Amino acid sequence: MRFSSYDAEGFYDEMFESGGQPRGHGRLLLESIQSLDSGQLLRYKHAAERLLLQMGITFNVYGDSAGVERIFPFDLIPRIVPAEEWDRLERGLCQRIHALNAFLDDIYHEQKILKDGVIPPEIILSAVSYRPQCRGLNPPYGVWCHVTGTDLVRDHDGQYYVLEDNLRVPSGVSYVLENREVLKHIFPKVFEGLFVRPVNEYPSKLLEMLESLSRARGVRPNVVLLTPGIYNSAYFEHSFLAQQMGIQLVEGRDLEVTTGGVFMRTTKGLERVDVIYRRIDDDFLDPEAFRPDSLLGVPGLMAAYKEGRVALANAPGNGIADDKVIYAYVPDVIRYYEGVDPILPNVPTYLCWRDNDRKYVLENLDKLVVKSANESGGYGMLVGPHSTRVQQAEFAIKIEQNPRNFIAQPTLALSRVPTIVDDHFEGRHVDLRPYVLCGKEMYVLPGGLTRVAMRKGSLVVNSSQGGGSKDTWVLADAPSGGQFQEQSGQGQWQRQVL
Amino acid sequence: MKPLLSRVAESVYWMARYMERAENVARFVGVNLHLRIDLPQGDVNGWQALIDTSGDAAVFLERYGTATPERVIEFLVFDTHNRNSILSCVRAARENARSVRETISSEMWEEINSFHLVLFDQAARPGPDSLPEFFQRVRRSCHLFQGVTDSTMTHNEAWHFIQLGRQLERADKTTRLLDVKYFILLPSASDVGTPYDDIQWSAVLKSVSGFEMYRKAHGRIVPIRIVEFLLLDGDFPRAVRHCVAAADYSLHTITGTPAANFSCGSEQRMGLLRSELDYAQVQAILAGGLHEFLDGLQAKMNRIDECVLEDFFARRAVTTVAAV
Repeated sequence: MRFSSYDAEGFYDEMFESGGQPRGHGRLLLESIQSLDSGQLLRYKHAAERLLLQMGITFNVYGDSAGVERIFPFDLIPRIVPAEEWDRLERGLCQRIHALNAFLDDIYHEQKILKDGVIPPEIILSAVSYRPQCRGLNPPYGVWCHVTGTDLVRDHDGQYYVLEDNLRVPSGVSYVLENREVLKHIFPKVFEGLFVRPVNEYPSKLLEMLESLSRARGVRPNVVLLTPGIYNSAYFEHSFLAQQMGIQLVEGRDLEVTTGGVFMRTTKGLERVDVIYRRIDDDFLDPEAFRPDSLLGVPGLMAAYKEGRVALANAPGNGIADDKVIYAYVPDVIRYYEGVDPILPNVPTYLCWRDNDRKYVLENLDKLVVKSANESGGYGMLVGPHSTRVQQAEFAIKIEQNPRNFIAQPTLALSRVPTIVDDHFEGRHVDLRPYVLCGKEMYVLPGGLTRVAMRKGSLVVNSSQGGGSKDTWVLADAPSGGQFQEQSGQGQWQRQVL
Repeated sequence: MKPLLSRVAESVYWMARYMERAENVARFVGVNLHLRIDLPQGDVNGWQALIDTSGDAAVFLERYGTATPERVIEFLVFDTHNRNSILSCVRAARENARSVRETISSEMWEEINSFHLVLFDQAARPGPDSLPEFFQRVRRSCHLFQGVTDSTMTHNEAWHFIQLGRQLERADKTTRLLDVKYFILLPSASDVGTPYDDIQWSAVLKSVSGFEMYRKAHGRIVPIRIVEFLLLDGDFPRAVRHCVAAADYSLHTITGTPAANFSCGSEQRMGLLRSELDYAQVQAILAGGLHEFLDGLQAKMNRIDECVLEDFFARRAVTTVAAV
């Protein structure tokens, strides 16, 4: 398969410049793809699909009957991020997450940012995701977002924007690791001559971070991963991460809270649990503190957490900082806590509760992307240019009824990456979700999940809506490792080469 | 040793039981298919007997009526409404494995997942090309899974629960196989010493891969020696005594109780059964009635299974709740 008839169609292409010349960092990759015999790439593609199915790397689709598993479509052509580009992304992400942690700690304590008039208090207090149960909590190191998966997109000029902060229970990192494994297994030749930064240290870094949250001293902390169970869409990831870290995968029914702390039920009786990496939403975490009808959670867990008997990652209450309305204020949040401008800009956002914004949104529904503030996974969303008049009218009613719940953004011409379609290449829109760990230190996984809208022209990359993924290559100028640390000057982040 | 969640222990135990069950159903049906070729007349009883000893006779009667080879095969192999069919067993084994992927090795998961995919793919096609080959493949996949389990997973507590499930299931199925064949052989007293007798007993042995091993141990085909071999041999891996000894060993490794002592109901009942088999004599068993003896063994093993549930899997709440 060759690229001779490939057309970027005026979009920003991650592989080609606007004149059709391959970008510098993509040249070796293109050569090795084009050197394959005809048909070989498709054979690799089928081999990869077989492998994914055999390894059981699947997700569950809601709405289908329980237990239906699908593989997450995987495209063999990697997406490349050059070293200097990544460097800026890393600094921007660290800055943003540092500020968001400070914001959360402030909101659940003194609320200085509200008193100083940076954010109108009613915005916070009216949010469903604001948890009064979390007031006064002091998680270790003042860190609330231990695992973050920020969604980034690029517009037609190649500029990166933050589209969403996922601070609750972000998923997808297992696909980053497995995609790399599959590509290495199927098509090892493609890595030749390039310094692609490895991603496989993630589970060790995650475990290290989780262990650092334990207040138990002198013993190896017992860390567990709490899953809603095998019918959850991200169940594969939960079991994969638990396996890679060598920790127990527990369900709510395996845990029990006593006055002494949190325990798990084993064949030999009760065993103490020190740290819980929970992959259950706040709402379902503890029926005594949140939704009383939750069968997935652990009664009494919040009380034990408040008393410091167990650590939770991520901390409950984070939803207030990745609420889609609060999102619009994050640049101000960064300026307020870090004292500098954001490195990574936001997508311009209209807040429907503001009269002027709402008026503009209602008049331009056919051009904008409208999102409800408290949904994720591509649900509850209107993509204006791809919608019908009827859908627009339905959304107009919803917005009028509950303006606080809606935001709108211009439809971005998301960047594209060549993707195998039948027997040739076509451009498909992508986003990028890097993963950041935050405990005592910050760690940015050099890679990320590149999600692809597999349908022609589509801008929706979510796996639940027909999205696929690609391996993401962060290039190094030379093989090296490194870690980010805050320099003495406020808001400055720099890599420490080890 | 790291503690094992009760839920995980239960899942690996059932994963192993279901895999072993799938293998044994394949053996049962496979051997009847062979007999059908060698003994063209009067094999209908054999098919009904297969259903009778499966424990699902009532369900079969209601859904299929009288036993014909085709119906029995459909019910025992492909019918996903029968929870003990091969397909259902493999699906259940895989579901259990899926819920404990972090406990078992990746190799085990991939083996059981591939087996599941291939099996359901084949079952979806009209009429598998060759049934004997199909059963052969089921057996081989089950063996592969056991081999991978033994060589890629640490022989820790979870592994011993796998062993416990596998050995109890295997012992139970050997008693059932013996029961089926004995049932067929009883009415044909006139066949004793004829080639048919030889063929049938050879088939019994072959269905547990025991023909060659029996020959090495006892030479001629003598029914009483075969019963002795399958029930009381200490070394043949599908002999009931061997399975019970292995299950007993795993149980003691799990609890840490010294051999020949007991700390819970499962151990006590397992110990009683093990001693009974250690000191049993085949003549006395036959004199008392083989069928009755096998029935008794099955009841005792069911009781052990219940005890394992109570001793290890049941989630005992420790928080004291005031009586209402």
